[in-house]
Amino acid sequence: MPEIILETKALTKRFGGLAAVKDVDAKVEKGRITAIIGPNGAGKTTFFNLISGTFPSTSGELWLEGQRVERKRPDQMAQLGIARTFQTTSLFDGATVMDNLIVGHRLRTSSGLMDAIFQTSRLKADERSCRAKAEEALDFVGLTHVANRLAADVTQEERKRIAFALALATDPKILLLDEPAGGVNPEETVGLADLIRKISATGLTVCLIEHKMDMVMGLADHIIVLDHGEKIADGTPAEIRANPLVIEAYLGAGHDAAA
Amino acid sequence: MRVDYRMEYVFYGILLLAAVAFPFFATNEYQVYVMALAFIWAISAMGLNLIAGYTGQLNLAHAGFMAIGAYTVGLLTVDYGVPFWLAFLLAGPIAAVVGFFAGILSLRLKTHFFSIFTLCVGYIIYLLIEKGDSFTHGPVGVIGIPAPSIGPLVFDTTTSVYFLVLAFLVLTIWVMRRLVRSIVGRSFVAIRNSDDLAEALGINLMRTKVLAFTLSTFIAGLSGGLFAGFVRFLGPDLAREYHTFDLIAFVLVGGIGTLMGPVLGAVALTWVTQSLQFLENYRMIVFGPMLILLVMFFPHGIIGTFGIWMARRRANAGKRSNTQAVLPSRSGEEARANA
Amino acid sequence: MNIFFQQVLNGLTLGSVYSLVALGLTLVYGILHIPNFAHGAFFMVGAYISFYVAGDLGANFWVAMIVSAAAVAVMAMISERLIFHPLRNSPALHDMIAAIGLLLFLEAVVQAIWGADFHRLPAPYTTILRFADLTAPAQRVLIIGAAIVLMIGLQIFLRRTTTGSTIVATAQNREGAALVGISPLKVSLLTFAISGALAAVAATLFAPINLIYPAMGHLVILKAFVIIILGGMGSIPGAIVGGMVIGFAESFGAFYISNNYKDIIAFVLLVFILSLRPQGLFPSEVR
Repeated sequence: MPEIILETKALTKRFGGLAAVKDVDAKVEKGRITAIIGPNGAGKTTFFNLISGTFPSTSGELWLEGQRVERKRPDQMAQLGIARTFQTTSLFDGATVMDNLIVGHRLRTSSGLMDAIFQTSRLKADERSCRAKAEEALDFVGLTHVANRLAADVTQEERKRIAFALALATDPKILLLDEPAGGVNPEETVGLADLIRKISATGLTVCLIEHKMDMVMGLADHIIVLDHGEKIADGTPAEIRANPLVIEAYLGAGHDAAA
Repeated sequence: MRVDYRMEYVFYGILLLAAVAFPFFATNEYQVYVMALAFIWAISAMGLNLIAGYTGQLNLAHAGFMAIGAYTVGLLTVDYGVPFWLAFLLAGPIAAVVGFFAGILSLRLKTHFFSIFTLCVGYIIYLLIEKGDSFTHGPVGVIGIPAPSIGPLVFDTTTSVYFLVLAFLVLTIWVMRRLVRSIVGRSFVAIRNSDDLAEALGINLMRTKVLAFTLSTFIAGLSGGLFAGFVRFLGPDLAREYHTFDLIAFVLVGGIGTLMGPVLGAVALTWVTQSLQFLENYRMIVFGPMLILLVMFFPHGIIGTFGIWMARRRANAGKRSNTQAVLPSRSGEEARANA
Repeated sequence: MNIFFQQVLNGLTLGSVYSLVALGLTLVYGILHIPNFAHGAFFMVGAYISFYVAGDLGANFWVAMIVSAAAVAVMAMISERLIFHPLRNSPALHDMIAAIGLLLFLEAVVQAIWGADFHRLPAPYTTILRFADLTAPAQRVLIIGAAIVLMIGLQIFLRRTTTGSTIVATAQNREGAALVGISPLKVSLLTFAISGALAAVAATLFAPINLIYPAMGHLVILKAFVIIILGGMGSIPGAIVGGMVIGFAESFGAFYISNNYKDIIAFVLLVFILSLRPQGLFPSEVR
């Protein structure tokens, strides 16, 4: 029985009268790749926003390593080890890739205003560790060669990798990836899938939302299917593929599974 | 990149030398006066740049906080006989205390809402000064502020105050440079870039924004204190929004979110305004469209545009040397050496 | 009783003017998501054009109002085309700064033409209306009546006509509106025109009981911003209700609290309410 790192119990989020996520019970196993799929508007991103603390849940429980965390803010969740990427990666285009990355490790440092003004040894140590972490993360995603390039001048695929590096620099326990292969071509998708495998191989827990089914099926150890905010199935890729509820949800919702 | 740092120090050195030499080459005292005033606005603009440029929150009450600092000095020295330096020491902290509470209230709002809210805060500050006759002298203003002095040392000539102001300008630049290049400053920039992303990276938005806001109002108060000691007359109009608009123009022309941009902008625009003086009150006919054209065609300002150009050139140079099979981790090593 | 009635009348008068100004502001915000800081300058220019047409050209008050509304509408459309449209994809900061630039420019131009002095537009109707022991200056009744007629007219235009409903549709869902063939360009031009015309009408109505000077728009626009934050940015009923709330708060505050500090009431109200409810009184449907 693998260890459960993250668990939701009847997690619910309502906007006005509308339940975007409804009574979802889900378990994320430590060190494995869990994919969350579902037709458009199924509540996948809302679910991500709940576990990363962006929205407070309306009801239900969220457990991270045996601790209840559903009332935490995103920055507190990040401190606890949940890192995430967004569908669109907003980098500061006027600065270099390295300059964009250094802040990623900021949450593990403690220097304050006075340290900065008086350039204390604590600040210097913190800056060193932030820079080292950024370099390590950039090397991990294979982008050392663009470190000094302006963020404005990198490709869409490189941008995705930088977003991964930024999340990795926070020293997370769980990495949440929101459409990691959105907007990149098929070859690049394969490369990004390899990178996700490489991340998983280091022992990190990965959770992802993705529309590209072949990528999900080849990558995930465990799949959770949402439809209209409710969990309709979960299991291994093979189980999900054979599940009639899932097939119906996708066919019924128009054919975006094929996308 | 080490070469760049050396170039940067040379750049600062030349600027400082020019600033020190300026009064000796000025053809009349008025020019020194104008330059000192430009430096005071430059300090204030650096404060605005910290919150609007680096942190991305356009605070439209900035001139109000400058007025709080100025009135702290004016009222304490004139009405309560407090020595100039003691009053001056309080200018920044008092503005910062007000700023801290205003920040806690206003920074819960985002983008436009924050700007509009702070516009109202600025107006409240102005109205309180203008209507609070018994305490603030109301529309009459504060007259007869003593010249700055430390013990026997009195800064009562234009040139002596010029050097005093210059010293504070250098100090502000120095502190600001350390701050914005540190990881503390980088968390400000992360918020400007995207507050969702910054928060996901574990940055406490409220605490970080309040810190930047409070610090920017501290600098506003400090510049206001210098203003009071230099001009030695204060009216409630100092708090008006059009002074904030002037400051925005300084920051934009020089380069928003750059270290020296506000300084360059304040000095350049002050002299442009001086040369447009024949237009008197109509200078805004030139100024207004200039602001619009700037955000449309030149949004990074002078220093910002130059910085991007330099970064591109450096990146291209890096690419070339990489293809010549220099050490692959070259950039990283160099970066470490500079840290 | 009469004193109380006077305050109600005052509140309604102020509220009507504020509502009209806030309506234009909120419409533009609903479509383009920019706070148009230059809207106060549109208001001010509107007053000057009426002053010129009615005073120097000797035209009738209503003619002056129509000319002014048309002129400011055209001016607003030009500024949309030349400034706000090109900046539509820029950071929010840039829109705001450009609007400030436009504000400074318009004020300077007006000052260059008419000077910094105060002017007064003669009131078209100077009679005092009497009902039993209550008295009401005709100009104030006129402001209230005209504002109500305009608001109803605007509501009918937005809800009952095809052109008007394109504005509502775009405000609610820009992409959706574009998909069904509504041109976002035409809609923003139209919205700016309406917003400018409303500001000019409000200024013309208000001018006879107030003074005309280059900075006359400052306080009005600030209060209009307070109103639309309280009423929900982009919300039309919010602008009307908010305008009335501020109008009454000022009129009664000036009388029962302090005339000296009446201008501060709106801002203190805003600070107070937003401290308790950061999302405003009526969170708007439009994002």
